[in-house]
Amino acid sequence: MARAIMSDIKRDHIHKLLSKGKRVDGRTWDEFRQVSIERRFVESAEGSARVKLGDTDVLVGVKIAIGTPFSDTPDKGVLSTNAELIPLASPNFESGPPDEDSIELARVVDRGIRESEMIDLTALCITPGEEVWLCFVDMYVLDYDGNLFDAAFLGAVAALKTAMVPAAMNGKGEDFPLPTRNTPISCTAVQIENSILFDPTLDEEKVAAARLTVTTDENGDIRAMQKGLEGSLTLEQAKRIIETSQRLGRDLRKLIG
Amino acid sequence: MVGKMIDENGLRIDGRKVDELRQIKIEAGVLKRADGSAYVEWGKNKVLAAVYGPRECHPRHLQDPSKALVQCRYNMIAFSVSDRKRPGPDRRSVEISKIISEALEYVVFTEYFPRTSVDVYIEILQANAGTRCAGLTAASVALADAGIPMKDMIPSVAVGKIDGQVVLDLCKEEDNYGQADLPLAIIPRTGEILLMQMDGHMTMNEFNQAMEYGFGACEKIYQLQKDALKRRYAVEDVEGLEEEVPRNQQELEG
Repeated sequence: MARAIMSDIKRDHIHKLLSKGKRVDGRTWDEFRQVSIERRFVESAEGSARVKLGDTDVLVGVKIAIGTPFSDTPDKGVLSTNAELIPLASPNFESGPPDEDSIELARVVDRGIRESEMIDLTALCITPGEEVWLCFVDMYVLDYDGNLFDAAFLGAVAALKTAMVPAAMNGKGEDFPLPTRNTPISCTAVQIENSILFDPTLDEEKVAAARLTVTTDENGDIRAMQKGLEGSLTLEQAKRIIETSQRLGRDLRKLIG
Repeated sequence: MVGKMIDENGLRIDGRKVDELRQIKIEAGVLKRADGSAYVEWGKNKVLAAVYGPRECHPRHLQDPSKALVQCRYNMIAFSVSDRKRPGPDRRSVEISKIISEALEYVVFTEYFPRTSVDVYIEILQANAGTRCAGLTAASVALADAGIPMKDMIPSVAVGKIDGQVVLDLCKEEDNYGQADLPLAIIPRTGEILLMQMDGHMTMNEFNQAMEYGFGACEKIYQLQKDALKRRYAVEDVEGLEEEVPRNQQELEG
């Protein structure tokens, strides 16, 4: 997706408010928009969640099937994460094979889930080297008003937590909940003229110089990070974002339960 | 075939009569970014439609100096069906996108917007038979919600055949054992048929029966489409002005 055009009036408005320490929608710098999570939105998925973060709307589904493990991890299940920026969600999204934005989104979410060891992949092994459970996480953006990383991450974690492994229909005993242990949370902030703003809206993203996504676990430890956009962050800014993410992560984690 | 699909009382596996629609809910204007949008729950189908445009036509060589192009993309999301569907278009979705585009092109006043494109996106979030009809029904409402000048909305429904009998609006379980499937879309006001496909086996008599059921059902769906728009644009908090608009079929019929 090409970076969308931003009108000068809007840009100036955001900058002017920021110089007084304010945001367009009245939030403080470290305040997330309203979050709503609708679990089990799609019955045909083994787990699903629709997350609304302000006006950003993301639908995440988990499909689980039997397949063969990778040869270098014969005793582990497979996690596969995919994101689609479908043209329904924004005038700037185009149909076609995944572009760099959707690949980055999928990989950042994947890294947070994988590195936090949220899913016990060894418990998804059926016969080592032969049969394991494959876990597909598919994320669809339905309405794009900024901060896809956190909306998609919340959706992925919520969907995985509701997911049932379809053992019965595959002749592998009784269905059981997908074995999860940790609840990682990602928090994203942008830097605009040296101000830090968490959970940026689309307009804020458009004027942002740099972006940082931090995924933390229940202990507040860092499990994944991704810096994005063309601008820079000072070490001080990065530290401030990480520390704030640890704090905000605790509140967001309560929503997931 | 497993068991009988229609019992001795003439009722189907989900308790419907042969000429009865599934429960249908339509909501207009559900997305912020889109110029127009609609959400449809149709039995266990869940469908979102969004409209962008009229806007610059891409790819440019498709631009028509005399009229707008209506370009529809019908897509099933990966977890909308029981076996994960690989993301991206396949031959089935390309065909469905084409026939829906053609049906919609007929009702949009395309000559008002030369060189542009009206883009319609249909996403099947959860599939349970009849998704193209639910998709077209939703797309019509989304077009109207986008304020695109059009002749009329297009309701759509499929008629099928099970146990040798013509039945309206097959659900997934019935569709698996269906002997025929006939998706249909019409303009109720004029009786013009804008979409019709058929596969399976039907006699002429069965076809006539199917048309009777299909046209009747389209009238009802058309009413639900109009009601969804009225709810979206109803003037609230003005006493005596707001008329009671039924929210679903039960309220409509009851």
